[in-house]
Amino acid sequence: MAEPVGFFTDTTVCIGCKACQVACKEWNQLPAIAGGANTLSGQSYDNTRRLDGENWRHVKFIEQFSPDRQTARWLLMSDVCKHCVQAGCLEVCPTGAIIRTEFDTVVIQADVCNGCRACIAACPFGVIEINPVTKTAQKCTLCYDRLQLGMTPACAQACPTQSIQFGTISELRQRAEARVKQLRDLGEKNAYLYGVPGDGYTDDIGGLNAFFLLVDKPEVYGLPTKPKLPSRNLIPGSAFSVIGAAVIGLLGLFSFRQRRLERSNANKVNHTADNPPAQGGA
Amino acid sequence: MMPSDTYFTTPPEWHWLVILYFFFGGIAGGSYFIAALIDLFGEEQDRPLARLGYYVAFPATLICAPLLILDLKRPERFWHMLVQSERIPLPAFKWWSPISVGAWALLIFGLFTFVSFIGALVEAGVIRWAPLQAINNAVRRGRVSAAWSALGAAAGFFLASYTGVLLSVTNRPIWADTKLLGLLFVTSAASTAAALLLMLGWRRGAVTRDSLRWLTRFDSGVVVFELVALVLVVISLGSVAQEWLSAWGAILVVGVVIIGMLVPLALHWRPRLLGNLTIPTAGVAALIGGLVLRAVVVLSAQSV
Repeated sequence: MAEPVGFFTDTTVCIGCKACQVACKEWNQLPAIAGGANTLSGQSYDNTRRLDGENWRHVKFIEQFSPDRQTARWLLMSDVCKHCVQAGCLEVCPTGAIIRTEFDTVVIQADVCNGCRACIAACPFGVIEINPVTKTAQKCTLCYDRLQLGMTPACAQACPTQSIQFGTISELRQRAEARVKQLRDLGEKNAYLYGVPGDGYTDDIGGLNAFFLLVDKPEVYGLPTKPKLPSRNLIPGSAFSVIGAAVIGLLGLFSFRQRRLERSNANKVNHTADNPPAQGGA
Repeated sequence: MMPSDTYFTTPPEWHWLVILYFFFGGIAGGSYFIAALIDLFGEEQDRPLARLGYYVAFPATLICAPLLILDLKRPERFWHMLVQSERIPLPAFKWWSPISVGAWALLIFGLFTFVSFIGALVEAGVIRWAPLQAINNAVRRGRVSAAWSALGAAAGFFLASYTGVLLSVTNRPIWADTKLLGLLFVTSAASTAAALLLMLGWRRGAVTRDSLRWLTRFDSGVVVFELVALVLVVISLGSVAQEWLSAWGAILVVGVVIIGMLVPLALHWRPRLLGNLTIPTAGVAALIGGLVLRAVVVLSAQSV
């Protein structure tokens, strides 16, 4: 197996140019939204809105305005599949369409997926959706075809500010930690990494192979504070079901027993009526 | 601040085909369980009710397969659930994936329901083919029959409950915020199956009054248990339960609690309340409740 690779996305240098989105769409031949119709979100300068089966990269515009709109801050984050070290989508996929590659990335095989959509509900980040053209679940492959040829993924290649950096995980973590230190030294005390071991956020899923440098809380970027694996509910959920089934079985047996007791009591009453006890007296 | 980390996920767009699958799967599993319970612990006079359970379980299971297949975005690839498409004929099976186990459970339970359905027809004299009659006479009331009934009942309850576990083994709001959906679905499966068998038994007149009384008592107990399970689900949801402080909650209270639980309980308690219409009214109400329960659980979590 090759050394694990991934993305380090430094949100502080993203300029929202969406070159990554365009490069991703072009390389992966993804269709235009709504057949090319010009649809506006109406609430943001961002009209892509979210990751889905047609948008495997999406630059989030987090527009923070004070109530009087005198002060404003824009946070920009090029979002993508996180290629979780323990992936919920891969866990639940019943067909084996979702695989972990030799690069430790998570890929959906379009020719195997049958569109059951279990992975969509399982992904803690809301990354996966059905591609309306292929009618299969799709998401970023971390340009698996390019990786096999030794090339850099299209989005990282196109990023003009190096907000998206591609490399081996060990190398990217070193770079990311150095960048956090640099930012803190410069006064950005809120800088931290989301998706590295021991970050206090993504430990339940073993960290992310596509991790981020953030300067606000995860939920501000639309990221869960504690993403979890769907299988956490498997054993307890099954155990409660078995208990339920056992109680229902006991209810059935109890009903049988009640019927027998009632019948036995009725027989006793009938017997007594047929043979009244002898009256006392000589 | 979100009430749960499940709020960052995307709905899988499981709608009415899935809801109907959950509903019919529950009826199939519950009916088979009731029939098997009679096989194992009932009396000779309950045989017509046991046969009725098997008559319901097989067609209800048969309905499930097309519902599941049609819900796939690529229905022609339904067999990928059972066979590794790249390594034919190796089976595709992941015990930790409820959909994978469920696909196999449906197949295996389908076999149980088919054999028991044929057995019931032979027992009733509808099928008079000598070899089948000989087999039926040889195995009926023996250990093989008892083991078959017990295993089939277990498979039936699995089919009825795994759908709830399947919803919990996701990251969606409501579904993944409780571990009790399997419990809730299994109680609802038993109550809807009992309601349907009561209706059919009453209408056919082929089921003894004693059997109907037993089933009514059993159903009353199950409905009370279902109500307890629903309350436990709401409590376990914690702050996420606020999602049901909406039209969904109103539908849940009216459609499930009042129509699906309290009306059948009241009619079981006062069997002369509506005269001849008491049993069918209780049955229809319970079936409506079972369907609405699944609709609310499935749809409300996707409207968040």
